[in-house]
Amino acid sequence: MATNSIRVDASTSFVRGFAYFFITLLTILCLIPFLLMLGTSFTSESAVREFGFNIWPKDFDILAYKLVFENPDMVIGSYIVTILMTVFGTIIGLFLVSMAGYALQRPDFAFRNQISFYIYFTTLFSGGLVPFYLLIVRILRLKNNYLAVFLPSLMSPWLIILMKNFTKSIPFAITESAKIDGASDFRIFLNIILPMSKPALATVGLFLALTYWNEWYNSMLFLEANMDYRPLQLFLYNVVNKVEYIKNSAASSNIPPMDVPLETMKMATAIVATGPIVLVYPFIQKYFIKGITIGAVKG
Amino acid sequence: MCSPVILFFLIFSYLPMPGVYLAFIKYNYGQGIFGSPFVGLENFRFLIQSGQLFRITINTVLYNIAFILLGNCLQIFVAVLLNEIVSRKFRKVTQTIMFLPYFISAVIVGLLAYNILNYDYGFLNVILKAFGLEPVAAYSTPWAWPFIIILTNLWQGIGYGSIVYFASITGMDYEIVEAAAIDGVNAFQKIRYIILPWLKPTFVILMLFSLGGVLRGNFGLFYNLVGNNSTLFPTTDIIETFVFRSLMVNFNFSQGSAVSLYQSVFGCGIVLFSNWLVRRIEPDYALF
Repeated sequence: MATNSIRVDASTSFVRGFAYFFITLLTILCLIPFLLMLGTSFTSESAVREFGFNIWPKDFDILAYKLVFENPDMVIGSYIVTILMTVFGTIIGLFLVSMAGYALQRPDFAFRNQISFYIYFTTLFSGGLVPFYLLIVRILRLKNNYLAVFLPSLMSPWLIILMKNFTKSIPFAITESAKIDGASDFRIFLNIILPMSKPALATVGLFLALTYWNEWYNSMLFLEANMDYRPLQLFLYNVVNKVEYIKNSAASSNIPPMDVPLETMKMATAIVATGPIVLVYPFIQKYFIKGITIGAVKG
Repeated sequence: MCSPVILFFLIFSYLPMPGVYLAFIKYNYGQGIFGSPFVGLENFRFLIQSGQLFRITINTVLYNIAFILLGNCLQIFVAVLLNEIVSRKFRKVTQTIMFLPYFISAVIVGLLAYNILNYDYGFLNVILKAFGLEPVAAYSTPWAWPFIIILTNLWQGIGYGSIVYFASITGMDYEIVEAAAIDGVNAFQKIRYIILPWLKPTFVILMLFSLGGVLRGNFGLFYNLVGNNSTLFPTTDIIETFVFRSLMVNFNFSQGSAVSLYQSVFGCGIVLFSNWLVRRIEPDYALF
């Protein structure tokens, strides 16, 4: 923002210097935990036991990764489950959310206010966790079913409101003229509105994809830990909190229980589970920023 | 066009609502909902008399207030500093990295905290030992946890929040700043008298909206940091973790429902109140 035509006085250079210093410091603090995880995953277990976790591996070793990929079925299975859920959840969720968002802002839709309130009310009052749990387990009978994880994340009132505010900026005259030309509501939505709301779709889609990729809560509530292919985050949660999986992997590689690389395998699994998102993150984050800033203009 | 959405909320939000009835019975899995004895307000009476309801309410509210106040202040601070950065490239790279913690799952957050705080191998103790100091046992020190949880929350939210405020600064009419510079305003005065007042409405609105959620906790954050470590409960137990344990650990469904109902009713009241405040201050931003 600061233009160079303005003379830089002492206070400006002080503030600037401080800005560079403080922002650099914060950036490092944001990065350290990740480096710590990465460094530890490449350290030998004995070095971890002796020196503790470290950013720079004291004794470089890839045994942990070897063990993670020794029985790759579980990891790959988890990946496939999570990727499928993320892809289908994002596509279906996006379609339903954008359709509702469009309909709810159309001035010629008589019940738009009532339905908006119907959706918004769910953020004000809820039955709570216990009735929700009983609904999924005893009424819908979805215990140990991927649908128990897949369905509840498809949409949220917040995403629908976001989409509604986005599509409000498309002039209603466009819908009206298409109607005069004889297009059905669904065709207008599909062929005219959707192509015009690409930035909104990108933002909402990214939020949905992130929700599915990071989904762990419903998986933990509704899926058994001994399920063959757990969603990635639940798999990671079990690796981190229950050491049986690591011990089994180590046993099948003939490593005596004493020497099981417990700590480093946790980290290696975490790296394998987070790797993709950290790698694609720099390319998608600008869409997030765009979405947040558009959303921030009006609540 | 709205029917799938209507159906979705009917099933996943409205269908469980009558389940609040659980709060008034002594639920027994064998007898089912209608076979279990009706006990009126007994569940609430127990929660209040045992002091548990007070404890989790205080924890939830205080954590949220700390998150909201400290979070917004830090985010504004960072946004103002980002605005002083001349190099676009530097700003892009640092913003990208600061935004990264927002993208990781709660499970990873818990693991990262463990990497730092673990007694035997944790990075904090590695550093303390390197300086010849005594290692600390964070996982058995309840008083340390408000700091740890608040810091983790700040760490995760700084990228997101500073982007919102930075966007607001970039949307500013820059002629004012230029005119002020010609009048000899220094950098501190510029921030104090031009930028901060500009951010004030955004700050107030965001604060008030967050206030509406003051009774709602971030389960993923607390559960992955603390887990079932009951030593830490006095300082870390919030409404969400309490309800979760009622359901999954103690199987006391009625108690969990009672706490949820209490949270919903008071939470709803607080949202209505904060919306009323928003309407008084900035009618355009009110939700309803």
